[in-house]
Amino acid sequence: MLFDGYDTGDFYDEMFAPGGKPRPDARLLVEMIESLSDGEVLLRQRSAERLLLHMGITFNVYGDDSGAERIFPFDLIPRIVPHGEWTRIERGLRQRIHALNLFIDDIYHARRILRDGVIPAEVIDSAKTLRQQCVGLNPPLGVWCHVSGTDLVRDRDGEIYVLEDNLRVPSGVSYVLENRQVMKSTFPRAFEGMAIHPVDTYPSRLLEMLESLAPRPADRPRVVLLTPGIYNSAYFEHSFLAQQMGIQLVEGRDLVVSEGRVLMRTTKGFERVDVIYRRIDDDFLDPLAFRPDSLLGVPGLMEAYRAGNVALANAPGNGVADDKVIYAYVPDMIRYYLGESAILPNVPTYLCWRDADRRHVLANLDKLVVKAANEAGGYGMLVGPHSTAAQREDFAGRIQANPRNYIAQPTLGLSRVPTLVDDHAEGRHVDLRPYILYGKEIFVLPGGLTRVALKKGSLVVNSSQGGGSKDTWVMAQPPAEPNQ
Amino acid sequence: MNARPLLSRVADSVYWMSRYIERAENVARFVDVNLHLILDSPASLGEQWKPLVDTSGDAAAFDERYGAPTRDNVIEFLTFDSRNPNSILSCLRAARENARTVRDTISSEMWEQANVIYLKLNDAISSGRAATSPHELFHDIKMGCHLFQGITDSTMSHNETWRFIRLGRLLERADKTTRILDVKYFLLLPRVEHVGTSIDDIQWSAVLKSVSGFEMYRKRFGRLSPPSVVDFLLFDGDFPRSVRYCVGRAAEALHIITGTPQGDYRNEAERRLGQLRAELDYLSVAEVIAGGLHEFLDGFQTRLNVIDDAVFNTFFAARPLDQAAAG
Repeated sequence: MLFDGYDTGDFYDEMFAPGGKPRPDARLLVEMIESLSDGEVLLRQRSAERLLLHMGITFNVYGDDSGAERIFPFDLIPRIVPHGEWTRIERGLRQRIHALNLFIDDIYHARRILRDGVIPAEVIDSAKTLRQQCVGLNPPLGVWCHVSGTDLVRDRDGEIYVLEDNLRVPSGVSYVLENRQVMKSTFPRAFEGMAIHPVDTYPSRLLEMLESLAPRPADRPRVVLLTPGIYNSAYFEHSFLAQQMGIQLVEGRDLVVSEGRVLMRTTKGFERVDVIYRRIDDDFLDPLAFRPDSLLGVPGLMEAYRAGNVALANAPGNGVADDKVIYAYVPDMIRYYLGESAILPNVPTYLCWRDADRRHVLANLDKLVVKAANEAGGYGMLVGPHSTAAQREDFAGRIQANPRNYIAQPTLGLSRVPTLVDDHAEGRHVDLRPYILYGKEIFVLPGGLTRVALKKGSLVVNSSQGGGSKDTWVMAQPPAEPNQ
Repeated sequence: MNARPLLSRVADSVYWMSRYIERAENVARFVDVNLHLILDSPASLGEQWKPLVDTSGDAAAFDERYGAPTRDNVIEFLTFDSRNPNSILSCLRAARENARTVRDTISSEMWEQANVIYLKLNDAISSGRAATSPHELFHDIKMGCHLFQGITDSTMSHNETWRFIRLGRLLERADKTTRILDVKYFLLLPRVEHVGTSIDDIQWSAVLKSVSGFEMYRKRFGRLSPPSVVDFLLFDGDFPRSVRYCVGRAAEALHIITGTPQGDYRNEAERRLGQLRAELDYLSVAEVIAGGLHEFLDGFQTRLNVIDDAVFNTFFAARPLDQAAAG
C-alpha cells in the first residue's frame, strides 16, 4: 500500500494528523488511493508525465541547446487546503496586497509613511528596485501590483506565514491550470465525492483585469503579452496565457513607439496597443529609461506609459515593495494604511543593517536562513543548518561588506505532503504560491501553486533547484462527518 | 475593431513552420520510395542513391562530408543529420521551434502534434528503431505530417494566419514535386536504353508514388507514359500535389490575404506568383519536353525562390514606420 509505514516525522503533515489518521478533508482521498491496486498510482503518475511532455508543458534549461526542455516535475498526490483555512488565507492576502499597493503609491508620491517615521527613509532610498523614473506616476486605477504571487509556508506549529511577496513578474500560474487539467485527465476518480474549487476562471479574470486598464474606451481594447522570447524559462507560461486569453504574444521587436503611442508591426501595417501585460523585468523594459543595453524591450515605452497612452501590468517600479528588507515592514504598513493588524504573519526577520540584528545573525549563521534582498529563484541564499563552514564564512563576509543587502530568518520546518517516491509515499516539504489579481477589485485564485522539494530533506522548492509541483485543492466546503 | 491583426513575425513563423512540416514529409516519402524501388530494380542498375542528394540541392555539403552516395550515407544525410538543415530531423526541429514561437496563435492540438512528431523521431533514433525498420519510421513521419495538416485545417479558424500556413505548404509542395520529377531526369540520364522498358515503367511509377500520385494518375491516364506522368505532375488541375494545383491555390491564398481581386496584383509577391500561375495554366507538356524538362524544372525552382523572397519583403520584413504595408 502506498501509505504503509508513512511517517509524518517531526513536521506538520498536510494530509495526515500526528498519529497517522488522515485529516478530515483528506479522508476520502486517502481511502480512494488505498483502494487502488498496487502499481496503479504509479501507472497514472507515468501517464501524467507523458501527457505533460506531449503538451510541451516544460521549462527551458539554460545552457541546453539540444532542444530538450524539461517537464516541470509533477507529483500526482494533491495538496489539500481546508475550506476554513483558505477563507482566512484569502482575507489575509487581500489585506496584504491592498496595503502594499497603498505603500507603493505613497512611496512614489508623498512618502507619508517615511515622514511619519514608520519606515526609515534610507531603507527605501537604498532599495535597488526603487525607480526614480516612476516618481509622481499615476497608473490606471491607482494600481501598481496587478498580478502577484505571494509565497506562503506553514511551520511546525501549524501557522501559515508569508515568506515573500512577489510583485514584479511572478510566474507559475500556468502550472496551476495545467496541473489541474492533467489531474482530471489521468486521475479522474480522485475527484469523486470531493467539492473542489475550480481554477480555470483565471485567464478570464486576468483578461478582464487587463482590459479594465485600457487608456481609451473600446469594446475590446488591444491587450498584448510582452515576452522576452522562447529562450526565457517561463516562455511556456507566456504563450499559454496569451493563448488562453486570446491576446497577442509579442516580443520587443514587434513593438515600436511613435508619437507617444505603442504600435505593433502586423502584415497590414501598424496597429495601436492599449495594454501590455509585460513579463519582462523593469530593467529590460525600455532601453531609453532603464538599462540601455537591453535588446528585449521597446525604446520609448516608458514615455508612452507616462503620457497615459498605454497601460503596463505590472506597473514599473512596484518591485520596491519586493525588497526583502522592506518585506519586514509589511505588518507595519498594514497597521499604518489600514489600521488593522496583519491576518497572515510574516516570518520573523532580522535586518542585517541593524547592528543588533547583524550581531545576532553572524553569531547564528548555522541556524538561520540568510537571503539577499533582491534575489529570486533560490539564488543568493544560505540555509544555515545545511551549510558548510566555508559557505557560512563566505556569507559572513558578504553580510559585513553590504549589510543592507541581507536579511535572515529562522529555518522553518516547512510542512510536508505525501509524495510518490518509487512505489510508496514519503513526506516532502512544500510551500504555496497563491495568485492575486488587482484591477477594479482584488481577486484571489483559490489555491495556487504548491511547490514541493523532491529531494529528501530539502527545503528548497524552486524548480531551478530540483523542485516540482502538485495540484492544490481548495475545498469548497467544510468536511462532511464520516459515515458511521 | 476589425479582425485581429497578424504580427509580421508570427506570419513569418507560421509560414516556415508549415514549409518545414511539408518538407519533412516530402523527404520521408522520397527516401521511402527509393528504398522500395531498389527492391524492384535489377542488380545491374546498382543502387541509385546519388540522384536523391542531387535533387535535394545539398549535393555539395553531402560530397564534402560523406563522399560515397551509399544507401546508409544518403539515408543518414537526408533523415537524421542535424548538420543538414534540410534533413527530416532538422526540418521537424525547425517546424517545432517555429510552432513554439507562435504557440499562442496556433491551436494547442497543432502545437502538440508538432511536438510529438519531433519527440517520436528522436525516440526512434535513440532506440535504434530508425535503423531496424526505416519503412515504418517513414510511414509514421508521413502520417504524422498529414495529421498535423488535418489538425490545422480542422482546429484553427481559416483566417489570415491559416492562409499563410497554406501559402507556405503549397509553395513548398510545388518545389518538392518539381524536385522529385527532376530525380527521374537524373536517374534516366545515363541509361537511355532503358526508355520504354519495364525498368522504365517501375521508375516512373516510383516517381508517382513519391508524391502519392500513382493511384490518382492511374484513374486519369491509365497506362504509364512519360509525357503523361509529366503532364499529371505539372499540370493536373485537381491533384493536390501537382505543380499547377499548388501554384494556383497559393495565389488564391495570397489574394485572400491581401484582398486584391484575382487576376490583379498590388505587390511583388502577387505579381510574380500570378505570372507563374498564368504560364502553368497555358503551357503544354509538349512544350516543356521540347525545351528540356530539367531546364524547365530548374527555372521553375529559381522563380519559386524569387516568390519566397517577395513574400518575405512584402509581409514579414520589419519596415520603417513611415512606409505603408501590403494590402
